[in-house]
Amino acid sequence: MTALSQPEAPAVELRGVTVERDGRPVWRNADVRIEQGEFVAVLGPNGAGKSTLLDLLLGLLRPTTGSISVLGGGPGSNGDQIGYLPQRHAFDSTTRIRGVDIVRLGLDGTRFGLPLPWRKGPREEVRKAIDLVGASDYAGRSIGECSGGEQQRLLIARTLISAPRLLLLDEPLDSLDLPNQSAVAALVNRIRRQQGVTVLLVAHDVNPLLPYVDRVVYVAGGRVLAGKPEDVITNQTLSDLYESPVEVLRTSDGRLVVVGQPEAPAHHSDRHHHP
Amino acid sequence: MNPSLTWNLVSDVRQLFVYPFMVNALEAGTIVAVLAAVTGWFVVLRRQTFAAHALSVMSFPGASAAALAGIALPIGYFAACTAAALAIAAGSRTQHRRNPAQESAVIATVEVVGFALGFLFLSLYGGVLESLESLLFGSFLGITSTQVLSLLGIALVTLALFGVAGRPLLASSIDDLMARARGVPVRLLEVSFLVVLGCAVGATAQITGVLLVFALLVAPAAAAQELTSRIGLGLALSVTIALLVIWVALGLAYYTNYSVGFYVSSIAFAVYLAARLRRRFWHRDPRGINIETATVAA
Repeated sequence: MTALSQPEAPAVELRGVTVERDGRPVWRNADVRIEQGEFVAVLGPNGAGKSTLLDLLLGLLRPTTGSISVLGGGPGSNGDQIGYLPQRHAFDSTTRIRGVDIVRLGLDGTRFGLPLPWRKGPREEVRKAIDLVGASDYAGRSIGECSGGEQQRLLIARTLISAPRLLLLDEPLDSLDLPNQSAVAALVNRIRRQQGVTVLLVAHDVNPLLPYVDRVVYVAGGRVLAGKPEDVITNQTLSDLYESPVEVLRTSDGRLVVVGQPEAPAHHSDRHHHP
Repeated sequence: MNPSLTWNLVSDVRQLFVYPFMVNALEAGTIVAVLAAVTGWFVVLRRQTFAAHALSVMSFPGASAAALAGIALPIGYFAACTAAALAIAAGSRTQHRRNPAQESAVIATVEVVGFALGFLFLSLYGGVLESLESLLFGSFLGITSTQVLSLLGIALVTLALFGVAGRPLLASSIDDLMARARGVPVRLLEVSFLVVLGCAVGATAQITGVLLVFALLVAPAAAAQELTSRIGLGLALSVTIALLVIWVALGLAYYTNYSVGFYVSSIAFAVYLAARLRRRFWHRDPRGINIETATVAA
């Protein structure tokens, strides 16, 4: 594994981080270390502060206490090396912009000034990113006419086009059917291997990711716990985390089912309230 | 003046340019069409037609306030539009983000306040706004060359702003969270866009009237987005349609007894309807995908 052969700084490191939103603590005293090239699933109930973790890494939110390093720098200092896919609802058919144009916005969408007529460079980069996610058949179509899985692949291409070293994907499997969840998880893993990027993927369900993840970060009950999936997703660890009995069942086909996890308190549901 | 249509199209068109007032109207119409078509393309993409409507209505309190204060009516328009744009932008955010659901409630409230102030100013003024009908339904008579120049100024500044900030505005219209994470000043762009929209609406209303602004602002852009999902082509189509609408409308209004607003609206409606029907019935394969766009990918 690439992570073991590289002795350099971790991709992401949180030390004793406590974070608040609107004066209320989201979670406390988190220590997380993610090595370069790892595939990390960020799990936990709705509203527990998974998106908050991404906001911290992007530098959009400052921790109350503790220190954070991202790719060897402070959060927000190397945004061009981070590919970020926010949690979102699907585009409907009234959004009349081609997939290829949306992918290109990942490259130069933040630049002021008139776009020059397409130079060869950007066009080539756009094509490569689209090929990488296997979206070339429908990239010329209006994005609203693409299926959920197709849209998600195009949006992943948008995050890849700037050749990032760290991917932060917020619930990219949400609202996809099961075959598409597996396919997109496999795609992210292939990109991780090919491009050597570190991936933090926020998810509800660990099962589509289980074949690939090196580490899980579990956010629940005001705490954050990181470790190997087999160490974290256990009766003992999750019961400690939630401070109530939680049972992890393994089905005959190897899927994990977590039973009895309490719902998160309502006041934490900041990022999940979409208009 | 009693122009009449003949079967000679060349002489008909030449007649249009005989009177200076008509030349002014054509110049003003052309400027406003380009401005409205480009601004409108973003309005349709951002789903802010309701905001555009409220801003157009601000011409009423703006004009009556100007009449009361004894200043030029357009100054009143633009001041009222800008104030309303700032109010809408300020009231439409929750969790540090534009909230379209809240936005529509804020817009409705701002619009009501605008009307209320308009009536207040009008009764304080005591007189009758002689130009009320042309304010509401548009007029192409009596556009001065000074007015043309000021419209040109507004259009040039607005188009330059779109040139500078168009791409980040597009990126944040499509995905504000991504744009914000990449360092785009999303909030500044949102507020600036509403102020620019207010100016564009105020300028357009001088030709189409307050109530018919959408004929140039929304219908051509919406038709263009029905016809293509390409960005550059869509903007070009939007401008082309708006120019055709205003030119044909002014020509017909010149030769007939009906108002320019009626023609602008009917032609714009017809174009939009045709674009919708084309997308619905034309160029489709069994999967319901536009062949035009599918071949682009190949």
